[in-house]
Amino acid sequence: MSWDYVSGILILSGINLMTVLGLSLLTGFTGLFSFGHAGFMAIGAYMASSMTMKYGIPFFIALLIGGVSAMLVSLVIGKLTLNLKGDYFCIATLGFGEATRLILDNVQYFGGARGLSSIPTQGTTTLFNVIIINIVAVFVLVSIIRSRHGRNMVAIREEELAAQTIGIDVFKYKMMALAISALYAGISGGLLAHYLGYIQPIMFKMVKSTELTIIVIFGGLGSVSGSVIGTILLTFLPEILRSFYNWRLVIYGAAVILIMITRPQGLMGGKEFSIKSIIKSAKKFINFVRQRIGNKKEEVKS
Amino acid sequence: MNVLSLNNVTKRFGGLTAVDNVSFHIEQGEIFGLIGPNGAGKTTIFNLITAIYSITEGEIYFNDKKLQRKKPYEIANMGVTRTFQNIRLFKKLTAYENVLTACHKSADYNIFSSIMRIGKFKLQERYLKNKTDGLLKLMGLWDYKDIVASNLPYGLQRKLEIARALALDPKLLLLDEPAAGMNPEETIQLMELIKEIRNKFDLTVLIIEHHMDLIMGVCDRIFVLNFGIPLALGTPKEIQENKKVIEAYLGKEEKTYAED
Ligand SMILES: Nc1ncnc2c1ncn2[C@@H]1O[C@H](COP(=O)(O)OP(=O)(O)OP(=O)(O)O)[C@@H](O)[C@H]1O
Ligand SMILES: [Mg+2]
Repeated sequence: MSWDYVSGILILSGINLMTVLGLSLLTGFTGLFSFGHAGFMAIGAYMASSMTMKYGIPFFIALLIGGVSAMLVSLVIGKLTLNLKGDYFCIATLGFGEATRLILDNVQYFGGARGLSSIPTQGTTTLFNVIIINIVAVFVLVSIIRSRHGRNMVAIREEELAAQTIGIDVFKYKMMALAISALYAGISGGLLAHYLGYIQPIMFKMVKSTELTIIVIFGGLGSVSGSVIGTILLTFLPEILRSFYNWRLVIYGAAVILIMITRPQGLMGGKEFSIKSIIKSAKKFINFVRQRIGNKKEEVKS
Repeated sequence: MNVLSLNNVTKRFGGLTAVDNVSFHIEQGEIFGLIGPNGAGKTTIFNLITAIYSITEGEIYFNDKKLQRKKPYEIANMGVTRTFQNIRLFKKLTAYENVLTACHKSADYNIFSSIMRIGKFKLQERYLKNKTDGLLKLMGLWDYKDIVASNLPYGLQRKLEIARALALDPKLLLLDEPAAGMNPEETIQLMELIKEIRNKFDLTVLIIEHHMDLIMGVCDRIFVLNFGIPLALGTPKEIQENKKVIEAYLGKEEKTYAED
């Protein structure tokens, strides 16, 4: 494996991770399921690309414009559906994702089904930039989660009615989680466009949305580190298996199913990966072994 | 002054009248009991006060403000909080996190200061944590603070719900069968605790309960409901001697004895 190849997959992981982080907040922490986040990626991708290609706007500002556009659209969708019961939102996101793709297919300004090409890739979505953006994204996300705002979102996930009776404006916090996740997805789309150098509506199908949500569940709902590890694993796996081309998606699927059966709470299952927790589990393990040995000795004695 | 007033409140579910023309007024500082046989409409009254259900007819006033077309979270922010008969804790969170979450109204830092961790953030977070510590200690939950809510024994879950409700600094606290699942000893403790928090926080308490010892021991006045219809209102002594109440309660029990 050459470095170029590995760094390419790392960049793709980082791009996926941006959307997954946002989805983690929405699904893992607030309890809302979306099947349309590829649509927000598409909005970000097309907006950011038009900004750099047609108006010569600097890359980072273009990314931000892409992200904010996706966020604004998400606010409209949220306004219409988040007041309804959970399932409507889920269905609405599905419809939104597909509608976005179909609209892009037919808008000549954005190249129709052929999409946009010759998007600048030099010095834009580099591994360095992707890593920096992801570090900022993780930092922002964790800070939100560890504040009263994040706790309110978790309360909604856990027990919506009780959340209301302790004075949480459920609608507002759902909107907030959706808006942040759409912002992240939009930025992710912009990164993708400037990595590949071209974009087509077909890249943002429902399968893409589902894949992203699967990663969040795979990593463990309510765990940021789970999302990070899950994204890297599930982006690398199909690439490593590329030589078994026909079988790679089967193995991918099998790996996901295996995890969900053996660990239904996901890889990290609501826990965070930290040095402290490693030490804690190590101690537990040592104690366990000690007890075992102790028991054996007692058995021998008696 | 009346903290809570129900004026001719009626709630119908299709053909069923769960609450039928109910009126009562609760004074500041009172512990007010709401009793009645199963299905009498007690919990429905709580759901009407907290805007989880909409009123069919009549009005509810809280501190002389009409509660109309408000959302449940707005009612909570006005100073009315409650517990649930079928416990609704944040199950996967620890006792500590349950209360800490509910303290959120004691801070007002916005989302940007939670990202930047500047200004009010640190100060207010520390305040929230101190407040949580205090509430857990008060409710005798300190030793259980790191236990996940769903793993707590039933009695402690009910206490945790009260702690969570108190986190909002309510003026009116609604308790829906707080002693359900507790043994007599725990019930007596809870009775003392309810009095203590009433005094300490200057609260008014509305309490639904089937444990007659608790109700008679703790309430200043009691309102009796039967099939949604008001039956009696008075002091514990008056209620115990009220013929209609005895009929509604004992009448049923005599029947069950007869069946035996
Ligand atoms: N959402 C609802 N839809 C239809 N009927 C309802 C609803 N909620 C309550 N009811 C009915 O209203 C009546 C009163 O119910 P409620 O729960 O208020 O009784 P309760 O006095 O709290 O009884 P318990 O002591 O068993 O808790 C019951 O007949 C119940 O079936
Ligand atoms: Mg009830």
